[in-house]
Amino acid sequence: MSVFLLKLTRFLALIFFAVLGSFTISSAAETADSTKAFNASEVILHHVMDDHVWHFWDGHYGTLYLPIIVYSQEKGLEIFSSRNFYDEHHSLVEYNGYKLEHNHIYLADSGKAVLDISITKNVAMLFINAALLLLVFLTVAGRYQKNSGKAPSGIQSFFEPIIVFVRDEIVKPNIGHHYEKYLPYLLTLFFFILFGNLLGLLPGAGNMTGNIAVTLTLAVFTFIITNVSGNKSYWGHIFWTPGVPLPLRIVILPVEIIGLFTKPFSLTIRLFVAITAGHIVILSLICLTFIFGSIYVGLASTLMVLFINLIELLVAGIQAYVFTLFTSLYIGMATAEHEHH
Amino acid sequence: MDLLTPGTGLILWQAIVFILLFILLSKLAWKPILNSLKERETSIQNALDTADKARAEMSQLKADNEKLLKEAREERDKILKEAREASNRMKEEARLEAKKSADKIIDDARQAIQLEKQAALKDVKIQVALFSLQIAEKLMKKNLADDKAQKELVESYLKDLKIN
Repeated sequence: MSVFLLKLTRFLALIFFAVLGSFTISSAAETADSTKAFNASEVILHHVMDDHVWHFWDGHYGTLYLPIIVYSQEKGLEIFSSRNFYDEHHSLVEYNGYKLEHNHIYLADSGKAVLDISITKNVAMLFINAALLLLVFLTVAGRYQKNSGKAPSGIQSFFEPIIVFVRDEIVKPNIGHHYEKYLPYLLTLFFFILFGNLLGLLPGAGNMTGNIAVTLTLAVFTFIITNVSGNKSYWGHIFWTPGVPLPLRIVILPVEIIGLFTKPFSLTIRLFVAITAGHIVILSLICLTFIFGSIYVGLASTLMVLFINLIELLVAGIQAYVFTLFTSLYIGMATAEHEHH
Repeated sequence: MDLLTPGTGLILWQAIVFILLFILLSKLAWKPILNSLKERETSIQNALDTADKARAEMSQLKADNEKLLKEAREERDKILKEAREASNRMKEEARLEAKKSADKIIDDARQAIQLEKQAALKDVKIQVALFSLQIAEKLMKKNLADDKAQKELVESYLKDLKIN
């Protein structure tokens, strides 16, 4: 009986790996092939960072070569496949006067960096995320039109509580009576982050919401919206804080101005760190198996990975909630009607 | 550290995709969804308000009915009471009237009887006087038929006279 159980768990562990960590295993094997020792930190960083190819598994069809779009003053705008940077042995080669080094594209002769607006793995993830969001919410909106005046049904009744939650628990209490103006942005933000986080947890997926460029852009949007909608009293509080002695006002001014920028900065870092850290933890636990080369460690790490994955599902929701909550809070602070004492 | 340096291309794509997504979702998804939600919420609120109003109206109606019923009952009681009083009064009046006329009849009868009695007595007295006279006449005639008797009588008279 116990022998059977042991075999069963080994089998399950293998299956689990095949599904959950397929891309990790393959790239680990790849690393083991090309270099002698298994380098965990390289594998992990490779998976949490952006890339010009989308690697699913080893072999001829395992890699999706994404399009490269580059612009330089010398050569203008050029579009070509990233396949051109690899030879048949999967080693990097120069192509058409460009070279790819550590995921950056340079001009081969001068070594100057070019403006790289390629469809990278994360940009592809971005497109998938956007397409999924459009598909889901246009369907939901269609249901609302079809079921107008009737009880919600299907996908509509799944998303309605979430939309109502965002509206009534996040946006309304923090922004106040003129919340409706900001609701579309905050809903887009919430579902963009939530879907991105969840998609990022899929095996083989890119770490899109855990990329600092993505979180930075979102935070900058929040920053712009907050400061554009800031009213007189908001700016008054920043530049000439009322109810504070004059010498203190001079001290407070730079603090307030720094505060203006720490808000989007904290938004950027929080989401980036939370999602990337989760991915790193999962990948580290998977890598443990290959470092020790033992099926028992594999069993233990499988259980841990399962556990962390469940936590990551939670984190995906929490981070979407937190980003939206803080954005609403900042907008609410900027638009609040202060009663002066 | 590449992990911490945001890539220009990704920022650009993210900005473009997010703005497009925001515009599309706002127009095609959030607007109809939020409008429908609001519509449904107001319709539910209206339904609840209407139900409350109907309930209030019902209770108002019920209260009115009860009030009317109470008033009607009071009215009935009043009418009954008045009727009872009126009948009692009429009965009493009739009784008094009856008694009065009965008394009068009795009085009249008594008076008539008294008169009759007196008349009868008078009659009887006259008769008795007449009879007495006739008897006295007959006696006198019989007693004074001989001289002796007459003499005796005269003597008796004289005797009386002598005393006086």
